[in-house]
Amino acid sequence: MSPAPLETRNAQAVPIADVPDLGDEEFRDAILTAVSLGSRVSALFGHPAGEGKLRLFCVLANDELGSLALLSRQVERRFMSLANDCPGVHLFEREIFEQWGVEPHGHPWLKPVRFQPPLVAAGARASQIGVANFFRVEGEEVHEVAVGPVHAGVIEPGHFRFQCHGEDVFHLEISLGYQHRGVERALAGGPDKRTIHYIETLAGDTTIGHAVAHCETLEALAGAEAPARAHAIRGIALELERLANHTGDLGALANDVGYLPTASYCGRLRGDFLNMTAAICGSRFGRGLVRPGGVAFDVEPARSAELQGRLARAMRDIRGATGLLWETPSVMARFEETGTVTRETCEKLGFVGVAARACGVGRDARQDFPLGMFRFSQVPVMTWHTGDVFARAFVRALEVESSGKFIDGQLKALPAGPVLAALPERAPDRIVATLVEGWRGEVCHVALTDERGRFSRYKVVDPSFHNWTGLALALRGQQISDFPLCNKSFNLSYCGHDL
Amino acid sequence: MSPATLIPPILALVLAPFLLAIVNRTKAAFAGRRGQPWLQQYYDLAKLLRKGAVYSRTTTWVFRAGPIVSLAAVLVATAIVPLGGARAPLSFEGDIVLLAYLLGVVRFFTVLAALDTGSPFEGMGASREVQFSALAEPALLLGLAALARLTGKLSLSEIVATISGDPRATWFAEGPALVFVVVALAIVFLAENARIPVDDPNTHLELTMIHEVMVLDHGGVDLAFIEYGAALKLWVLGSIVVGLVLPVRTGAVLVDALVTVLGLGALAVATGAVESSMARLRLLRVPQLLVGAGAFSALALIFILMPR
Repeated sequence: MSPAPLETRNAQAVPIADVPDLGDEEFRDAILTAVSLGSRVSALFGHPAGEGKLRLFCVLANDELGSLALLSRQVERRFMSLANDCPGVHLFEREIFEQWGVEPHGHPWLKPVRFQPPLVAAGARASQIGVANFFRVEGEEVHEVAVGPVHAGVIEPGHFRFQCHGEDVFHLEISLGYQHRGVERALAGGPDKRTIHYIETLAGDTTIGHAVAHCETLEALAGAEAPARAHAIRGIALELERLANHTGDLGALANDVGYLPTASYCGRLRGDFLNMTAAICGSRFGRGLVRPGGVAFDVEPARSAELQGRLARAMRDIRGATGLLWETPSVMARFEETGTVTRETCEKLGFVGVAARACGVGRDARQDFPLGMFRFSQVPVMTWHTGDVFARAFVRALEVESSGKFIDGQLKALPAGPVLAALPERAPDRIVATLVEGWRGEVCHVALTDERGRFSRYKVVDPSFHNWTGLALALRGQQISDFPLCNKSFNLSYCGHDL
Repeated sequence: MSPATLIPPILALVLAPFLLAIVNRTKAAFAGRRGQPWLQQYYDLAKLLRKGAVYSRTTTWVFRAGPIVSLAAVLVATAIVPLGGARAPLSFEGDIVLLAYLLGVVRFFTVLAALDTGSPFEGMGASREVQFSALAEPALLLGLAALARLTGKLSLSEIVATISGDPRATWFAEGPALVFVVVALAIVFLAENARIPVDDPNTHLELTMIHEVMVLDHGGVDLAFIEYGAALKLWVLGSIVVGLVLPVRTGAVLVDALVTVLGLGALAVATGAVESSMARLRLLRVPQLLVGAGAFSALALIFILMPR
């Protein structure tokens, strides 16, 4: 009987020594068994264990049980790849190979993820960005369309290669890494003055999501809890972020099919939601709001009343604007059966967030792994079963509705008390994994502390990291002219992926 | 050629960019925005005319000739098209065929210039343009043929003058056929001018564009020629549609022309309203729309040819 993975809960610090150190086969079997029983890999990353060894840590999340499991193993030069049996880890293994030069043996397609410089000098090869062994379809009638890394709309850089037959796409390969800033490397040794700012800018549109995950991680390490009022305000900010981004996405989807009314109104409403966040903390993206131990800004009764009024007006308008989408046949003709991802694919590859819920998978960290206010005030999980652009748009519209209700409820019944508590010293030699449902999906932060309680490793998994493969698969068999629409329906982060 | 026939082309040359302003302001009104200044198109043209151009080393003279030939062809087309009762300066038996081919020349050279860049985007746009125009052209030609058969004339000025001058013999006698022709020409009008539901003139997404993607590499004076040519094309096709549906004939050339110009303004508002109230078609569906337009034209021709 091999040692079982260490069962733990979301944002619960456990001694690193308690994480079982398995052998090659055991590690593999443990992960495959857990995945076959309904878990998925939330994070898989390496951490130097001394003597030239690398310790691989794996965070398994079981949505149904709401439990996390931690396991690890030590590797030297190579290990058996899991990607063939558990495709969800394919990008994690490529990342490990790129960062540490440890080869996942038998990986179906080992190539760079971000073209980042290796975290260790020995063994790993430096790679040049954009130079990779790209997938190619050969043939007289096949042609390749390369887009990016510079985009027509001034957005983030990414490189896309379409293998096309006329207007049909056989395959899309996405090559990222242009936004790599070395955040994980910069976070090691922290937390210090800069840490929270790195976290808030991991993915600018998920400022609150990442900041909440980070602060919950720190609070778990310190064995403390933020005040109830702070949890409520964090919940409000998180849902405001969701409202603003979902609204912006719905408008952008309408814009991509050339449907002006919704595009214009959602553009305005997104600004309204951002301004509500600004009314709380002075920053439209919520920078400076969430702080370890609580939040830096209170919502006084007068402010709360004003926010309730603004929210009610914005919610009324957004209902009208999104309702137009479903009532316009020409819009629905574009949304339906475009960029379909099957539920099977979604479960196999472990997509998260809106992309998963649009395939009928009820995966939502707010319900499955509740933290903060979501332990007391549940937000219903919104799913749709078709897996196409319409499903992703519709799930967003449904979530807008439920987020609005949640914020309204919180504003009406804010717990009394302080909003910020001082945190005690962080425990040494601990590991903690925190899952927070950002607007795009599950934000996963894993922190390992050294003997002084400082981060020896801080691993961040943005939801985009899981979902980029989904976009590539959604495009198969589609029209190349529908790519912008599919892309917008996922709306993934480049900098969140590239870190 | 009387001096009065110069009125339609002069109005076209001066007012054509203004049609785009009306479309844009209509869309802005639907979206709850104020919209760009009325003269923005003119400012843009003036700006572009003052600019230099950058040419890719892969391009040849074809790329530079594209905008010039296109604009020249549209200018000739402008001289053929009457404004309602106001006849065009260039008018002869069979000029409707010339009109169709002038539009073909515009497209041909735009496509050649696009292919000359060697960019996959432009090639994609060119292939789409050619595919769709192969379907839009029959709709236009059959529609014109139906009109020629109905009026017994082969010159556009004569045709429009007959239809607007004698509604009793045209609209009252062959109303259904004319409605079909107008619908077909209206669809051709939207398709040829790269408007929603066929193309989206405002999109920045190269992968979805048809017309816009073909002119991505043009700049400066070349782009000004292309934009001005596009505005004239809008005017040319629009004035045929308006000439058919506005049977106004006062006898005074200037009044007839001005009424048609107002009609064009209304058409621009209608275009803006269409763009504001529906999404763009999936690219796969565009041929169906254009074949539909062709079917309308063919039906109109059959109705008119049918013995009674």
